[in-house]
Amino acid sequence: MLKIEGVYKTFNPGSANEVRALRGVSVTINPGDFVCVLGTNGSGKSTMLNAVAGAFPIDRGQITLHNTDLTKMPEHKRARYIGRVFQNPFSGTAPDMSIAENIALAARRGMKRGLSSALSVKKRAQFTEPVRQLNMDLEGRLDNPIGKLSGGQRQALTLLMATWIKPQLLLLDEHTAALDPKTAARVIELTKQIVEKDRLTTLMVTHSMQQAVNLGNRILMLHNGKIAYDLKESDKKHIRVNDLLALFDEIRRKDQMDESVAQMIKKQYI
Amino acid sequence: MSILIGSITVGLILALLALGVFITFKIFHFPDLTTEGSVTFGAAIAAALIIKGYSPALATLIAFFGGCLAGLVTGILHAVFKLNGLLSGILVMTALYSVNLHVMGKSNIPLLSEPTVISHFERYAAAGEEVNILGWLVPQKDLFILGFILLFTALTGTLLNAFFKTNLGVAMRAAGNNAQMIRALGANTKAYMIFCIALSNGLIALSGSLLAQFQGFADVQMGIGMVVWGLASVIIGEALINTKSVGFLIFGAVMGSVLFRLLVAIALQWGMNPNDLKLITAVFVFIALILPGLLTRLENRKKLKKLEYAED
Repeated sequence: MLKIEGVYKTFNPGSANEVRALRGVSVTINPGDFVCVLGTNGSGKSTMLNAVAGAFPIDRGQITLHNTDLTKMPEHKRARYIGRVFQNPFSGTAPDMSIAENIALAARRGMKRGLSSALSVKKRAQFTEPVRQLNMDLEGRLDNPIGKLSGGQRQALTLLMATWIKPQLLLLDEHTAALDPKTAARVIELTKQIVEKDRLTTLMVTHSMQQAVNLGNRILMLHNGKIAYDLKESDKKHIRVNDLLALFDEIRRKDQMDESVAQMIKKQYI
Repeated sequence: MSILIGSITVGLILALLALGVFITFKIFHFPDLTTEGSVTFGAAIAAALIIKGYSPALATLIAFFGGCLAGLVTGILHAVFKLNGLLSGILVMTALYSVNLHVMGKSNIPLLSEPTVISHFERYAAAGEEVNILGWLVPQKDLFILGFILLFTALTGTLLNAFFKTNLGVAMRAAGNNAQMIRALGANTKAYMIFCIALSNGLIALSGSLLAQFQGFADVQMGIGMVVWGLASVIIGEALINTKSVGFLIFGAVMGSVLFRLLVAIALQWGMNPNDLKLITAVFVFIALILPGLLTRLENRKKLKKLEYAED
């Protein structure tokens, strides 16, 4: 169970570039939940994910995962519990190293790395089958550098690597946004397979309402650094893309009203 | 021939320096200027201890750890205090100049009459014996020294290669290749970087201490230009090997160092002014760095031309 409680984060405080990215985000994700996180640009959805991953310290609040307090834990230690796939297909793999070496790195996620050989014959043999299941013709190219592969192939491998050891939490940060539609669909299909197979607790940030409708059992909609809507199981089942669009419009309307009300108050009282 | 053997020996001693530069420059893309100080630091420690009567082997070992210490400081300045990489190196290099003078007590320590690791191996050779190699007469002791250094450098290279294929070593390479990725997989990239800079400078100091013992003196100026020397070796090695495999790159750096030393010896033999050596080395490294990019651009232009003709 992931518990995010009253989390605040402001970037560049006190400067002209000040961004109040998270303004009191509180949410509890149950084990086995597959949550799609939606929101406009700058709504704080990626910031929320990165706060959980530990990419930066948060200003206020607490993050716990299965009774482990993550709040002050450095990023590399959280990796023991969390698997991640990034938006940029180049972020999740080491380009100059071979596919096998990359997988060997992922096979020890969060574990101690000692002086035993990274690529023993026995270990290598275990790599082939899961890579074959990606259906991307990569199983025969385990010794090729990953940098030579396409974005889709790299993202599929990153997904495989992030879940090589079953994580308590899987974070997907718009992991198909940089791919062409066909490849994106392929990676989404793969995501579904992998998440369902192990019933992984998953947070997936996405721009695509279609993905949010088709995948998972819960939708979080962020706006201005807060959670605007939380659509759980029963609501989520019946929701369609148009409903989501309507919700977005509603958020926008509320915003405008707030603005005009504020101006009215200013005019009358100041 | 004796000059040739001497050049190969020095090339192999400086190959340790090339391996150090390889670790920081090729694996972490970190141009580490500490090198200039830590070569001398290694030489200074070894020389100072040897004239105090310590065993040369122990003195050499302590020189290695001294270099590690210097690298540790650079690593901490860069990774923990977030100082610019070049600046971290420059600061430590500058500080080491004073440290080296303190360690040595003067600016030059002669070692010719002292026991060294080199003289230790000389003893195994029959004094005054000469060996006939392809018609040249070579002092036996020179060959023994060459053999010892060759073994030592080969062993170091092999160990380094083995290390970079362990779980820890592969993770360290990944830290240089894509830090975000390996952090997300649970590696402390800062600690890795500090360790690698320390190891690199340890090897460089080792190289310096052996060089001092081979040439028979330690001098406070001996580190000048060593970064570029190391870079030249690594770049030549890369060009020779032309692969991304660590094992071959390590082998390439060693070969590059020997080859570069030989080239220099030949150039000096032909009457090149020794004062021009560092200028020419720098120009050489500059050309070697920009050449691959230029060649690709040229090739692309050629391919483009063909493409246009095909359309006509």
